[in-house]
Amino acid sequence: MSAPLTILRRDLGLLMPGGSGGGILPLLFFLAVAMLYPFAVGPDAQLLARTGGGVIWVAALLAAILPLDRLVRDDLEAGVFDQLALRGISEELSMATRLVAHWLAFAPLLLLATFPAAALMGLQGETTRTLLLGLLAGTPGLAAVGLTVAALSATLRGGAALAGIMVIPLSVPILIFGAGALARPDPSALLLTAAISLGLCAVAPFAAGAALRAAREV
Amino acid sequence: MQAQLTATDIACRRGDRLLFKGLSLTCGPGDIVQITGANGVGKSSLIRILSGLLRPFAGQVRSSGEIGLIDERLALDPNQPLGKALAFWQRLDMTRDTKRTLDLLQLEPLLDVPVRYLSTGQKKRAAFARLAGSDCPIWFLDEPLNGLDMEAQKSVEALVARHCENGGIAVVASHQDIGLRVKEAIAIEDYAA
Repeated sequence: MSAPLTILRRDLGLLMPGGSGGGILPLLFFLAVAMLYPFAVGPDAQLLARTGGGVIWVAALLAAILPLDRLVRDDLEAGVFDQLALRGISEELSMATRLVAHWLAFAPLLLLATFPAAALMGLQGETTRTLLLGLLAGTPGLAAVGLTVAALSATLRGGAALAGIMVIPLSVPILIFGAGALARPDPSALLLTAAISLGLCAVAPFAAGAALRAAREV
Repeated sequence: MQAQLTATDIACRRGDRLLFKGLSLTCGPGDIVQITGANGVGKSSLIRILSGLLRPFAGQVRSSGEIGLIDERLALDPNQPLGKALAFWQRLDMTRDTKRTLDLLQLEPLLDVPVRYLSTGQKKRAAFARLAGSDCPIWFLDEPLNGLDMEAQKSVEALVARHCENGGIAVVASHQDIGLRVKEAIAIEDYAA
């Protein structure tokens, strides 16, 4: 097996639900928010249907923050990235595989959980479809922002709380266009969300890799 | 390709402090170099500079041959059984003969034990198993004997001796006496800035 696949397999083992990283927590958090919202605003079906999609987007964004704490820090402290670098595996490559693993670990389950969440809000079929497509387009971008921030804050004390605060403003463009697609009938907002995601995914391994290298000098 | 390691006029700065300067070093196949010095003089920093993980403040490091490193960080997943944690590096390094090293380091009975339950000495032995599986000619060992009992020290020394007989280089940072024929001993205090 080639080196990137070997690393990806290990990353998935760490991050997937059932692995050692607590991978099921984002999903539970996401569902909990979706369940709490109707309790909070009351059973007004129209209000729920109008605002539910936005709430699901916010819940997805916050759920994506949960795994960041251990996404990079544990391996950085254990010297895993040093050992990989000595084997000629660049920080960029190890961050790229981690980006893939991170997305696979939280996004597909989140997309599945969107069905019960949408049902709780009483969303229409068409709205649910737009919501799903938006999340599919937006979650890679959320994962990319999360990975970059996790790598940047890995050496800082209280990095986890800081990571949460740093991810939110950086995710605003994805949220605006992804959730904005729910209010407009045409697909341009979805495409723009996907474009932002692609851009972020392209930059993230380099930014996170540079952060790992900088962490050595601390 | 023959293993070579050359460092010329290395200086190291950590924070505002210049730890040492003007340190040079040349090793070829079979050489063992020991770096000595009190705590905090920069042994570990020198190891990280020589292995290419840290940029020197001044000077140059050239090496030909792959580099293996053991330091205080284990790079094995604490929640996984030792066998599985080692298997990741063995797959990456395409290790062929794992049994011999595991026998020598007496790790075979521990393969099912999660890494976080291992003792300090057992962890150190696990790190040596990871290193020996990688087949790289230049070994950097930062405090390799910490936490090892007499018997384990002997096996580790045998491992390093075998490595150097096969044309490898070993650079050892340790304040303890390593029971090996050292080609050059570098006391970092001599280069203190």
